[in-house]
Amino acid sequence: MSKSFVELNDVKLRYSEGDELALETTDMKIDKGEFIAVVGPSGCGKSSLLKLVSGLMPPSEGNVIVDGKEVSGPLKIVGMAFQNPTLLPWRTTLDNVLLPMEIVKPHRNRLRKHRAEYEERARKLLATVGLEGHEDKYPWELSGGMQQRASLCRSLIHEPDLLMLDEPFGALDAFTREELWDILQNLWMIKPFTVILVTHDLREAAYLADTIYVMSKRPGKILVERENTLPRPRDQETTFTQPFTDLVHELRSHIRDVREA
Amino acid sequence: MKKKLNLRKATPWLSAIGLFVLWELIVRIFNIPPYVLPTPSESIIVGWQFHEAIWMHAYHTLYTTLAGFAIAVVFGVVLGALVGSSRAIYDAANPLLVGFNSVPKVALVPVLVMWFGIGTVPAIITAFLISFFPIVVNVATGLATLEPELRDVLRSLGATRRDILIKVGFPRAMPYFFASLKVAITLAFVGSVISETVASNVGVGYLMLSASSKFNMPLVFAGLLVIAVMGIAMYEIFNVIERRSTKWANRGNPTN
Repeated sequence: MSKSFVELNDVKLRYSEGDELALETTDMKIDKGEFIAVVGPSGCGKSSLLKLVSGLMPPSEGNVIVDGKEVSGPLKIVGMAFQNPTLLPWRTTLDNVLLPMEIVKPHRNRLRKHRAEYEERARKLLATVGLEGHEDKYPWELSGGMQQRASLCRSLIHEPDLLMLDEPFGALDAFTREELWDILQNLWMIKPFTVILVTHDLREAAYLADTIYVMSKRPGKILVERENTLPRPRDQETTFTQPFTDLVHELRSHIRDVREA
Repeated sequence: MKKKLNLRKATPWLSAIGLFVLWELIVRIFNIPPYVLPTPSESIIVGWQFHEAIWMHAYHTLYTTLAGFAIAVVFGVVLGALVGSSRAIYDAANPLLVGFNSVPKVALVPVLVMWFGIGTVPAIITAFLISFFPIVVNVATGLATLEPELRDVLRSLGATRRDILIKVGFPRAMPYFFASLKVAITLAFVGSVISETVASNVGVGYLMLSASSKFNMPLVFAGLLVIAVMGIAMYEIFNVIERRSTKWANRGNPTN
């Protein structure tokens, strides 16, 4: 009677036949609307985990179930954002954000007729991340942080049930990064969607996630599953409280154990 | 600032004039006979004397070049799209393409003459054969170098191969495509003139061959200058089209 939205059952992954395992037996259960973070040393297969769940890569053993169905090909509803904003340089910010609407059904068939309505929606979303007035600029006219905000909007415009974030704030300066944490938390609290965040920033995981998974080094394996019950919304103040620092220290020591193992 | 800009605009003209002056001086100082190397002034004067004939031949060369080039663009884009979007086609086509491109096209002209007779058709085909390769390579490169993250973003939205090609692949390949057009148009001139020289009775290539057989070197050089001018003009046209249509790729580039 599992009500999990995403389930990984005894998943193993090798990149090709006969290769070493990239991902050791992995089990995960993620509820609908849950925000989880995966932390671990670099090269531990965190990003592969995202590809498995989104169906971009099939598991070598075991299965992945999303929304009650076994994943057998790319899911068609996933929002994704990476460390690199990957905006299209020939499109304005607004058109970049609208890109998913040109692909996802049923929007792609409606877009032409209801263009104004969709533009309005994109503008609203851009405004919530502080990009008002930048809609008609091209990506190269935006700063790195602004590009990443636009990228976040692009991953959310079609209101995906599942959002995959692969170190999305990794390349940003500390101030911008923490600002974007708030923006993301905000968007998520208004209308919760399921998030899988891969990161190596333990504070980021502690700030954003409901559940934090610590992975071992390669072959990747989930060693610790840690609930994070810090009250929301979390803000700057939260990061100075004892429970927050304790949590970060705890994660820190897990990672240390992993690296030394 | 304004002065600097004017100077920059004048630079190509100044360098061209400088080259002509140097050429003129060398010929005069070393007393080089005109059947070896005519002076530019003499070439231009003779060119003007024959301007009607040159005009007719140049028009014909331009026409064959553009016809061959147009075929090369269509063929190059289609083949480039196939090669760039499929690993299997790339593996299959790559050695053939490289091998074919290594064959000197002048060696193919006699074959084409056997098939199509002398004249316009082999010239168009030679122009096509010599100029399609850079288009194929560049279009394929533009398509094949798509960032894997972007592909993942699109695929996880349910994008088909065709979606990815249309939304991202082709726009992304545009700067590569236009860059290749500039190379291809100049090569197309090489192709058509080669063919006219070997097997034709019309075109600048033929004009130069018949002039040289009459030891009229100034006219040969006049023909060369005409080809160079046509090449520069075509190159510049595609340069402008490139800059207009792919502004995003040339951002911050001071030549714009």
